[in-house]
Amino acid sequence: MSLLEVDALEAGYDDAQVLRGVSLKADANEIVAVIGPNGAGKSTMLKAIYSLVTRYSGSVRFAGEDVTGLRPDRLTRQGLNYVPQTDNVFPSLTVAENVQVGALALPKGERKDAIDQARELFPILAERPRQRAGTLSGGQRKLVALARALVTRPELLLLDEPSAGLSPQAMAAVFDKLVEINSIGIGIVMVEQNARRALALAHRGYVLDGGRNAIEGSGAALLHDPHVLELYLGGSRTTASGSDSTSTSSVTKPETT
Amino acid sequence: MTALLEVRDVVHAFGGLRAVDGASLDVKAGSITGLIGPNGAGKSTLFNCISGFLKPQSGSVFLDGRRIDRTAPHQIARSGLVRTFQTPHTLTRMTVLENVALAAPRNGGERLAGALTSTARRRERDVRAGALEFLELVGLDGHADELAGTLSGGQRKLLDLVRALMVAPRILLLDEPMAGVSPTLRVELLEHILALRDRDGLTLLIVEHDLDFVMRASDFVIVMNDGRVIAQGTPDEVRDDARVIDAYLGTQIEVA
Repeated sequence: MSLLEVDALEAGYDDAQVLRGVSLKADANEIVAVIGPNGAGKSTMLKAIYSLVTRYSGSVRFAGEDVTGLRPDRLTRQGLNYVPQTDNVFPSLTVAENVQVGALALPKGERKDAIDQARELFPILAERPRQRAGTLSGGQRKLVALARALVTRPELLLLDEPSAGLSPQAMAAVFDKLVEINSIGIGIVMVEQNARRALALAHRGYVLDGGRNAIEGSGAALLHDPHVLELYLGGSRTTASGSDSTSTSSVTKPETT
Repeated sequence: MTALLEVRDVVHAFGGLRAVDGASLDVKAGSITGLIGPNGAGKSTLFNCISGFLKPQSGSVFLDGRRIDRTAPHQIARSGLVRTFQTPHTLTRMTVLENVALAAPRNGGERLAGALTSTARRRERDVRAGALEFLELVGLDGHADELAGTLSGGQRKLLDLVRALMVAPRILLLDEPMAGVSPTLRVELLEHILALRDRDGLTLLIVEHDLDFVMRASDFVIVMNDGRVIAQGTPDEVRDDARVIDAYLGTQIEVA
């Protein structure tokens, strides 16, 4: 049994159906990448798991319990948290306040420890505590959003395009941070359009297409699958997601446990 | 080649933070110019200063020799400079096609009487055909009659691009056109953007972090850091520039 088990999820926005039966599993020691064309339903899948959109059928189990349709704040308290692609910080609050908001999900006695822990992982929290989040650069915002999610002590994080809009350096920093977060036993399910980078560091990957599962496999297997390459990664040598020649990432693939 | 767009010593500060701190650059007519730099370098703020969404606190911007840094955004758009946004401004309760048709020049000012004439009807058909053609370019033609609110984040970016093209600009400023766009579509978009330059003579200034795209598409690359232009040249020159490697490409990973 996996930590997260999504089975035959159908969901959408009111009567506009997007997901037509998506299944996915993820464990705490895993980074799982979800890729696919624009409009395939990747973001909708994350929102459906986190109960932010209308679900028609299918189920979500987390840590052995049926959590289908459970309110987002309850999911957060159960250890499942979500970071949206944009609007993921409170712009008028300071960096420190953003993280404190995250800690509200915890019992009072645990908040300080959780914030201290996050500060170790994210130096920006100590460096710019009083800066308003709205004035941070794109890369810094992503780190604050991640820190706020982490402070809720999740077992699994759902991340919507953590690298979108980031410079190569900032992208590498965020991906490095994800590997580090995963190495302390927090599972990650991320939707990514920088698909090659994402698959390169993911243990497993899913390709969604037209609201359905298309292909799944280990990150490496998907990266080298000619079918995936042609249909979803833009061919063999492409503009896809940063070429090796311009690669600056020091991201290393985590040990599979 | 002459510069279609000239930016001279532009400064824009938010409180104590000088987001753009004396930036100057030229965009030559008929070229694709890539604008790169770390997050927070001031690229989007400079875009806002050029397109009239922010007034520079000092410095000037010239479009085709005419000063535009005190001109309203819609007037700048009418004189041929159009931009897209990092986060698209989609009219979610209109259809995809209506979103595009709205952007067609002279669409807003028509009177009821005009709408009843055959000329207006023919114009509407032309607008529709043109809109569909652009939508096909980015693979959205199948969604033409759906509400734009049902589009995914990546699809909304593409819709934004189509709306900008519909204005028939002379110079197009794209703010991260590839962010959130699938790898497959990135390859196709590169081809379309090159064709806009080569076939239609469009001038483009593009902020983008997908370096492979920037290096393939650009005639010139301009690099910003801390609100200033720190390097510029051909893609090859910029790639090998030590200052660029240091400020942007990174020799080692630095966590903010």
